[in-house]
Amino acid sequence: MSEGLARLAGRFGRLLGPDSVITDPVRLRTYECDGLTSHRASPGLVVLPDTAEQIAQIVRDCAAAGVPYVARGSGTGLSGGALPRTDGVLIVTSRMRRILEIDIPNRRAVVEPGVINLDVTRAVRADGYHFAPDPSSQQICSVGGNVAENSGGAHCLKYGFTAHHVLSCEVVTPDGEIVELAADGPGYDLLGVFVGAEGTLGIATKITVRLTRSPEAVRTLLAAFGSIEAGGGAVSAIIGAGVLPAAIEMMDALSIEAAEAAVRCEYPPGAGAVLIVELDGPESEVAHQFAEVERLCRDAGAFEIRVAADDAERALIWTGRKSAFAAMGRISPAYLVQDGVIPRTSLPRVLASIDALSAASGVRVANVFHAGDGNLHPLVLFDDAEPGAAERAEEVSGKILDLCIEHGGSITGEHGVGVDKSRYMPRMFTETDLDTMQMVRCGFDPAGLCNPGKVFPTPRLCGEVPGVRKGPHPYEGKADLF
Amino acid sequence: MTAPDESPEQPASSAEAPELLPQLLGECVHCGFCLPTCPTYVLWGEEMDSPRGRIHLMQQHADGAPLNGAMVEHFDRCLGCMACVTSCPSGVQYDRLIEMTRAEVEQEHPRSPRERVIREAVFRTFPYPRRLRALRAPLRAYQWTGLDRLVRRTGLLERISPSLAAMERLAPPLGRAPRLPERVAARGGRRATVGMLTGCVQREFFPGVNAATARVLALEGCDVVIPKSQGCCGALSLHAGREDEARAFARRTVEAFEAVDVIVVNSAGCGSAMKEYRTLLGGDPAWARRAEALSAKTRDLAEFLVELGPRAERRPLPVSVAYHDACHLSHAQGIRSQPRALLAGIPELTVREVDGPELCCGSAGTYNVLQPEAASELGDLKAAGVRATGAEVLVAANPGCSMQIATALGRQGATIAVAHTAEVLDASLRGLGAAALTRRRAPGGSTDGSGPSGPRQRFVRP
Repeated sequence: MSEGLARLAGRFGRLLGPDSVITDPVRLRTYECDGLTSHRASPGLVVLPDTAEQIAQIVRDCAAAGVPYVARGSGTGLSGGALPRTDGVLIVTSRMRRILEIDIPNRRAVVEPGVINLDVTRAVRADGYHFAPDPSSQQICSVGGNVAENSGGAHCLKYGFTAHHVLSCEVVTPDGEIVELAADGPGYDLLGVFVGAEGTLGIATKITVRLTRSPEAVRTLLAAFGSIEAGGGAVSAIIGAGVLPAAIEMMDALSIEAAEAAVRCEYPPGAGAVLIVELDGPESEVAHQFAEVERLCRDAGAFEIRVAADDAERALIWTGRKSAFAAMGRISPAYLVQDGVIPRTSLPRVLASIDALSAASGVRVANVFHAGDGNLHPLVLFDDAEPGAAERAEEVSGKILDLCIEHGGSITGEHGVGVDKSRYMPRMFTETDLDTMQMVRCGFDPAGLCNPGKVFPTPRLCGEVPGVRKGPHPYEGKADLF
Repeated sequence: MTAPDESPEQPASSAEAPELLPQLLGECVHCGFCLPTCPTYVLWGEEMDSPRGRIHLMQQHADGAPLNGAMVEHFDRCLGCMACVTSCPSGVQYDRLIEMTRAEVEQEHPRSPRERVIREAVFRTFPYPRRLRALRAPLRAYQWTGLDRLVRRTGLLERISPSLAAMERLAPPLGRAPRLPERVAARGGRRATVGMLTGCVQREFFPGVNAATARVLALEGCDVVIPKSQGCCGALSLHAGREDEARAFARRTVEAFEAVDVIVVNSAGCGSAMKEYRTLLGGDPAWARRAEALSAKTRDLAEFLVELGPRAERRPLPVSVAYHDACHLSHAQGIRSQPRALLAGIPELTVREVDGPELCCGSAGTYNVLQPEAASELGDLKAAGVRATGAEVLVAANPGCSMQIATALGRQGATIAVAHTAEVLDASLRGLGAAALTRRRAPGGSTDGSGPSGPRQRFVRP
């Protein structure tokens, strides 16, 4: 440990108590990655603060010492957004998990950043409300992480992303101030800038979330198709008919196989694709639209349609989908989760190209998508014990993103750029675009100490003229320059 | 301790470890779904005290990092509740991983003299009904004279050893312990002949549970065989990584029950261990088949009664019960619906669910003695959940859980009657009425001043 970090460790020990500062190398290494294991870096120091004031002090101390820091919630991110710095401090919010206020009449709750997404819903379910963003990891991902990544989920087609469900945030800025960013004030929408900034503009310490009235009726069906193309046709037909389902999810044969092995979801055997369609809203509207969705699925070639009769059957249908990523462990020793977006109408063409890519490279690709909004999650399978396999998988994974961009889509739908996709940013944005974004970042974090190395391929110096580089960015220990 | 008829050259199941371990470790994809169901993660919010973190530590060790004090501390803190096995979508066999790791820790890691003394005391007492029985008389005297309350007030034991203090607090109030005969005849037409495991703690400290189990089985038309030759099933040793000791206990249990076709077990930890004999003795050619047969015929009491189907008349019990899932029943054996179905089958009885049913109460075999602080924090959480149900009786299928939760309730100044599923059924089948359950004094009913923790704020240690 460097002298600077050792000094900080001492200070933090006095500030937080010895149980809240981790310096032992074996323990530190358990924090070396989040949900994305292909990038690893053992943090220089881990702190587990309990209050916003403590985080503000930690940030001020880091700023004074010129030491970079990274915030982490439950460590389930899939783009390495919480990848630690070996020369920095990892600020873990897992102990800040109090639900501070539940205000049903005003449909809002105030939570600490470490509160688990699903715990918000659990706390208000009896009152007939829920917290709408529902990433597949909702049983463990933290609300703070959701804010950083602007997390979506299966139901964001209808209900929107985290950004649509955050009313205000208390934030520790990179200069160690505690400020409140709210959505409803006049002036610039700084909350809009902050949500989804992947932890590069500050650390959320208190979040006021919107509570959504739980729908009167929910109906879910599972439709099995012979092929992905047929399933894609059904998706277009449903959206084209003016139906806005709460969710439309698709899984291909390989991901069905994995989910089956993991959770025995008993999807129809022999399906080349399954579609999960969920409608919610007022009873009569749902009943009418549900009949239409069933008809559209049959017209598109569904050979079996199962309708969930109750909550238990609905949960079983969803279990297969929600466990799909982690279930890949059943059919492959290792895998990469890709996250890209394409226009819905390009689905069949892009999938055919992914198939061709897979056949040409010999790398298996399973597909899971939020089909309603064209968000693909190709899962690139490989054996990490085989030399060169990871590199080949990485290459296929990158080419899938090229396909997304070619078709007018995006390199990420909901997992974020993090460290994993920063190198793909130039494929989507010009240098001027990237410089402009970085100027926003410089407005918050001129010293470049707050989650550095994420989102942007080449960090720029604040104060540089856009488009004119002055050489490598000296973002380590040079805060005093600015 | 060297167990009887132990042959040193026995091939152990850990003989396959060299290839097996990397494979089992590789199944973890680091998704984190296990974190919220892990009791120690719920308490402390630290990666190293989560299943994902512990697997990471095991991987570090497999990659060459020496087994050090930091690693062992986090392995020791694992309750072995297996909630993570239930919640893992990738099918990681954490139960096998932690058992293999514990066996290695026992062999490789030198423990402090203090730790050694406590561990030896536990493992030389609990698995031996006769030694437990020897403790009964002084313990009874200690409770009857009121010396227990005096000692607790002085905090003397706490200063000598927190583990010893935990053991003292957890001891249930003792009554008479009647011996069961070797055979209990079926009432009405005989439907089955079953063997019954009497256990160690169950037999000496909760004799009423065994008597109720035998009566319920007989009333449901079973001849109950209770072999005198049975001893400890080895669960405590197995779950603590003392594999050789566990294997010796397992062989003896296999022999004792070879004559019956079904073995009914009323203690979750024992049932789960016996179902694991096939793995424990799987590498031993002389015993593999016999162990497999024993595992295949082991049934938890609730599991067996549901399979058998009810015949005896259920008489009404107008009472509300909170059912607590013992980890070794729910997570290890997947038995959740059967006990609830049995209870719900009793007229006028209402079953209430405890918030966070997947979370361990902190008993976990010897955990509440070896890790008293964490265990008592978990006990407080569970007790708060049980109180919130407003139920009159707490029903659990494991003696350890009952002692643990009753003690925690006592700390919170609350009293609740405690019963085993068998005792509730017994009261219904014999028409004893609700008072037979609600009158029962909950053990450990003294307060020591530590307040209850609310269910919402789970994090306890600041």
